[in-house]
Amino acid sequence: MKRITIDPVTRIEGHAKIVIQLDDNGRVAGTEFHVTQVRGFEKFTEGRPFYEMPGITARICGICPISHLLASSKACDAILAVRIPPAAKKLRELVHCAQMVQSHALSFFYLSSPDLLLGMDSDMATRNVLGVIATHPELARDGIELRKFGLQIIEGLAQERVHPSWIVPGGVNSPLSGQVRDRILSDLPSAKVIADRTIQFFKKAIDNYKDEIEFFGSAPTMYAGLVDRKGNLQFYDGGLRFRAASGEIVEDQIAPEDYADWIGEASLRESYLKAPYFKPQGFPEGAYRVGPLGRINAADQCGTSKADAEFAEFHQRFGSPAHSAFLYHYARLIEIVHALEKIELLLADPQILDKHVRATGGVNSLEGVGMIEAPRGTLIHHYKVNEQGGIIWANLIVATGHNNLAMGRGIQQVSEHFIDGNKLQEGMLNRVSAVVRAYDPCLSCSTHALGEIALRVQLMGANGELLDEIATP
Amino acid sequence: MPQKKLSIRIDGELISAVEGQTILQAAKANGKYIPTLCDLEGLTPVGACRLCIVEVSGTDRLFPACTTPIQDGMSVTTTSKRLTQDRRISLELLLVERNHVCAVCVSNGHCELQSMASAMGISTVRFVYNYPKLGVDLSHPRFVLDHNRCILCTRCVRVCAELEGAHVWEVTSRGIHSRIVSDLNQKWGESRGCTSCGKCVQACPTGALAEKGWAVEEMVKKNDKISALVHRREVQV
Ligand code: SF4
Ligand code: SF4
Ligand code: FES
Repeated sequence: MKRITIDPVTRIEGHAKIVIQLDDNGRVAGTEFHVTQVRGFEKFTEGRPFYEMPGITARICGICPISHLLASSKACDAILAVRIPPAAKKLRELVHCAQMVQSHALSFFYLSSPDLLLGMDSDMATRNVLGVIATHPELARDGIELRKFGLQIIEGLAQERVHPSWIVPGGVNSPLSGQVRDRILSDLPSAKVIADRTIQFFKKAIDNYKDEIEFFGSAPTMYAGLVDRKGNLQFYDGGLRFRAASGEIVEDQIAPEDYADWIGEASLRESYLKAPYFKPQGFPEGAYRVGPLGRINAADQCGTSKADAEFAEFHQRFGSPAHSAFLYHYARLIEIVHALEKIELLLADPQILDKHVRATGGVNSLEGVGMIEAPRGTLIHHYKVNEQGGIIWANLIVATGHNNLAMGRGIQQVSEHFIDGNKLQEGMLNRVSAVVRAYDPCLSCSTHALGEIALRVQLMGANGELLDEIATP
Repeated sequence: MPQKKLSIRIDGELISAVEGQTILQAAKANGKYIPTLCDLEGLTPVGACRLCIVEVSGTDRLFPACTTPIQDGMSVTTTSKRLTQDRRISLELLLVERNHVCAVCVSNGHCELQSMASAMGISTVRFVYNYPKLGVDLSHPRFVLDHNRCILCTRCVRVCAELEGAHVWEVTSRGIHSRIVSDLNQKWGESRGCTSCGKCVQACPTGALAEKGWAVEEMVKKNDKISALVHRREVQV
């Protein structure tokens, strides 16, 4: 059947904007990263039944619909006050791991590998995935295969690739068939081979990037990510851990419903994206990073054998915690290895085929928080409802939000090298956009098909006058 | 008394029908398709959606097939460029009148409005969206009414009055301000007449009336149950 979608939610098009502020002495006083996203979301959902939220939020943030479906459904589970059936939990984890694989593969092969393989100063016209296909066809093929593997799991489970409505409040809407399980299992070995090949390749290539690792948003920050009670890396469940730049654990096992005790949200001038910070340290000192690097730094280990070996090597080479934003790429590859191992474990469990996959209930709690690790980092959905289940208040903290402050600092660190009096220098745009890309922010509005990020950098004088401006074509 | 037989032509084909039938009934009885939206078998037709319009020779006016009785010798045309155009306009106006965000609707994939629009090849509309600010009534323990998705077909009004005998639903106001209301404009949950039978929910062609708790795409209406009920009632014992 052909489906029509009549959607009044207009996407905001345009460039992601970076504003560099100079002080009276012409030195960089601050950098701000502006993105417009999920605008007006709270108003839009007011009065809607809470159980519609997974569908609504997944459509608003089209970049990682599964993450929103999961976080939102968890918030709804809390409103229903149900414990979802064990098989449902495992199936949600399965689809989440699949999404992790496909999203990380996309980020690494399509968005980052052009910089890594072709060099950051290579011609813009060919520094994209097409360029990679031309020069490194085997690597490009690997990327396509790995992505396909993740997408096929999602498709097998959720019947629809992009916006599955399979994850629902109370569980999932249909069980897993033995047939689909067997098909995933038969494709798994080759996916693991690819993941292994890619990480080995990357580890060799990384020696060429000593400078980048050094200057590339390497300012130390805190890190945050979900871990279980043993400190194992978690994607779907667990408590939030904050680890200081020094490596010390600052706070551990923060339950979803307590997030607001620890995370404050500052509103940045001009930007629609709020800047969360770690409350005890205040704003802006409490900047922290989430996402692959945040998680790999926050956790004590992954909890699966192959990934743990990579985890140990990573920290041995780059320290614990490892600070360079360039290492996001590396962390992403470790997580692919882990997600594949996790998929294997989940499928080996006979309970995953259980037919009981959905719990139901009414409005048993007037508030619910759902927290997961999306590919890009910790994702929090928080809703308040009236007694009939109508949304009266909603808050979302997205990964790109958590990273906002740190990303700004990283950009600052890089851009300082490229400011010459009142002018922005050549080469700056490449470096800055590489930093932005490392974080893989969910700029649905400004990520172009071939993976270049549409960026506009403005240099502002002490009195707010525009001194210079450059933008990607 | 035996019903009088009449002959009419539908799209040129000679058809025998019985007096008292509407054009739509005669067409259906002879396997001819006319698109409909507000009509539901077993309920009194009201001619609200204007999708079933047909041409009748001898006059330039268009007639809704669901409410127009046949006459002997009538010649009806069910498809023409003009009809397609006008039906499309009616549908597009329905789509812009309220907020039909199919992507997040419980009825996505099972909606009569949506499948009709898709059958007519409507993927974009040429009118300006009205974007009214409309509420959702969540007060009923089992069901939900979302005015954003209501097309004022009045199936709910009719099924509740004619089949359940509860007369809960009515239409209030006029024109663009029309809304369906329960009882005397109370919240549905406070309605003393509602028996919670769910017939209105099953009869509703869109996601405007739905059972609570379903996620996007999950609300599948069983309105064949309603015609089954009507047929059972017509059996004389
Ligand atoms: S549930 Fe039944 S009684 Fe209540 S409004 Fe609907 S049709 Fe009428
Ligand atoms: S609520 Fe449904 S059945 Fe009632 S008038 Fe609106 S669209 Fe028609
Ligand atoms: S079906 Fe005849 S007007 Fe709606």
